[in-house]
Amino acid sequence: MDKTNQFHSFWGITLIVLVCLFGGMLFWSLWHIPEYSEGLSAMVTKHMPDSGVKSEVTAILLNFRGYDTLLEVAVLFAALLGAYQISPMHLDKSMVQSNPIMLYLIQYLVPIIILVSGYILWLGGHAAGGAFQAGAVLAGAGVLLLIVRPDSLNLKHSVYLNFILIIGPLIFTLFAFLPILTGGTILEYPRQLVGIMILLIEAASTLSIGFTLMLLFAGGRPPSGDN
Amino acid sequence: MNLPFFYACFGILIFLIGLIGLTLQPHILKKLISLNIMGSGIFLVFVALAKRAGLSADPIPHAMVLTGLVVSVSATALGIILAIRVKQLYGKAELPEDGR
Repeated sequence: MDKTNQFHSFWGITLIVLVCLFGGMLFWSLWHIPEYSEGLSAMVTKHMPDSGVKSEVTAILLNFRGYDTLLEVAVLFAALLGAYQISPMHLDKSMVQSNPIMLYLIQYLVPIIILVSGYILWLGGHAAGGAFQAGAVLAGAGVLLLIVRPDSLNLKHSVYLNFILIIGPLIFTLFAFLPILTGGTILEYPRQLVGIMILLIEAASTLSIGFTLMLLFAGGRPPSGDN
Repeated sequence: MNLPFFYACFGILIFLIGLIGLTLQPHILKKLISLNIMGSGIFLVFVALAKRAGLSADPIPHAMVLTGLVVSVSATALGIILAIRVKQLYGKAELPEDGR
């Protein structure tokens, strides 16, 4: 065993000891957490009629803690901007399928996936579901097309694509800051319109999230459209 | 020791496994995978402890985990794109053995 290797194993053992100590602290704190805790769920239940939706998780994401979700949509957009700066889109052309069964299946699978995505979006109003799940499903359809038939998507850098990518953060920000004009505070949706506003935000976010995740999978900015 | 705490213990174990991987593996892709394993552990702790509220789980940790999932996905995607760029520039996607 040479010297660098010994050095490496010494630090490796030290690290594992440190991690074990840290883990012990975590287990110790877990041991002291009260066994029954309602958290804030009573507060959420109390304010559910004001939220405009019937699902508690959606109410928290889009209404009670809308600030988190607004920043989250911004984080997703920032990640895509980072990817755009670093590299152009690169797809492995060797995976393009000529298998007729696969090509036939895709014709039926992609519309069904898009329908399911829309259904999950609608489901967010009263059960588990919403923009992020629907966006992820939509991105699944996009990734499938990118792998099997990238020519059918024909992704080009265009105003339309940019519009789809920005519409989610844009509508969310707009609706978040709109109440300031009428003397309210940020993210204080008007009581009568709250349901439809959440639905609009979720629908726009679904589109943006779906395309953003798909472009992140593709690895960066699409080729420019003017050629 | 009831069921939520049982799951939370495993969440901490998964987190620690990810932490060891993150610090010991020189390959960037393995570091990213370790980071995701750490994240999964934290999510498991959150979701498990939400169940302490009784029959219907506390929805706030659930919403926070949902937020965390999306952030972790976007961070991983950006990390992989950066790793590919490092590989293109230096020929290997590994960090040097000693970082000085």
